[in-house]
Amino acid sequence: MNQWQNFTKGFIKDNPVFVLLLGLCPTLGVTTSAINGLGMGLATTFVLLMSNTVVTLIKNFIPVKVRIPSFIVIIASFVTIVELVMQGFLPALFEQLGLFIPLIVVNCLVLGRAEAFASKNDFISSVLDGLGMGLGFTFALTLLGAVREILGSGAIFGWDFVTGDGMLVFVLAPGAFIALGYLIAIMNKFNKAS
Amino acid sequence: MSKQKKPESTFPNMVLALFLVTMIAGLALGGVYVVTKEPIAAAKKAKLENALGKVLPEFDTIKNKKVPAYNGKDSLVFYTAYKSGSKVGTAVKTYTEKGYSGRFEIMVGFTPDNRIENTAVLNHAETPGLGDKIDKSKSDWSKQFNGKNPEQFQLKVKKDGGDVDAITAATISSRAFCDATKRAYETYEKEGGVK
Repeated sequence: MNQWQNFTKGFIKDNPVFVLLLGLCPTLGVTTSAINGLGMGLATTFVLLMSNTVVTLIKNFIPVKVRIPSFIVIIASFVTIVELVMQGFLPALFEQLGLFIPLIVVNCLVLGRAEAFASKNDFISSVLDGLGMGLGFTFALTLLGAVREILGSGAIFGWDFVTGDGMLVFVLAPGAFIALGYLIAIMNKFNKAS
Repeated sequence: MSKQKKPESTFPNMVLALFLVTMIAGLALGGVYVVTKEPIAAAKKAKLENALGKVLPEFDTIKNKKVPAYNGKDSLVFYTAYKSGSKVGTAVKTYTEKGYSGRFEIMVGFTPDNRIENTAVLNHAETPGLGDKIDKSKSDWSKQFNGKNPEQFQLKVKKDGGDVDAITAATISSRAFCDATKRAYETYEKEGGVK
């Protein structure tokens, strides 16, 4: 696998949401609008990139038996950094995502990439993998958020193109499952065709 | 790379590795905390001032105090506003536990003649598209409280024999909003109103 593939596999072929089905808790929880999906995706991308980078750098100094606690401490630290920075500089977005930011720690996508990829591969591959997976996650969340916002509120990125209410179910929890199911089906169709 | 074998999982190695990882993480977090402390406080203050500006007439100084609620377990915060020395109103930060998704907080501003100047929702988790209409950014529903004196204007939804038009399909959220407003008013009355 060359470096380019390490970066691009996160978008379609191994997309964390549509193919690996990792990190579904924030995926379903925050994607009531496209901007929320984008914000959550970028926060996760930062954590993923930084944790992959640090894990691949220290992988040779950590005894095997304590690697998971070490990874979790590293991930939790970056999540807390994101939380504090967002609270200080992007309070409006923090209010929307508040509860879900600390939950990035338990997003299996982040620990999964640290354990399955970064702790076994070299520096460049791990950085590219973290960035690619993060952007793939962002792409999936933004897409899902956009679909739910269009159908549920008749708006996109906060711009109302239909006055009045949309199909409310898409803003609520069941709509998240329905929309995600259809998006996965469409992605599978494309993945099979190619 | 072959020379750099991973350290054996012996007790001292594990203790040392975990100690170093947590120490570096702790130091990094301490640093970020110090750097972001002021922006976070500033953001919180800006949010509060924004809410106060919405629910009160023009003012130049604010005094705040905590007041135990007439019912409920948490105390409310009273922000008394002055303009060139005279009282122009009091904002009450109040809460309800009866929201459809639990607790939410609102700010209610009273004018010196005990009328509601305006209200503002501080945070809520009500259903998007239904209950979130309590928020002024979503609908004009809460404007019906403006200018009303709760002495004559019963802070209950019409279904419960009050004077408030409930939001269609969101009676629980409307009731909760009334509950929070009532808590603010009753406590404010008990404190003697603006006298």
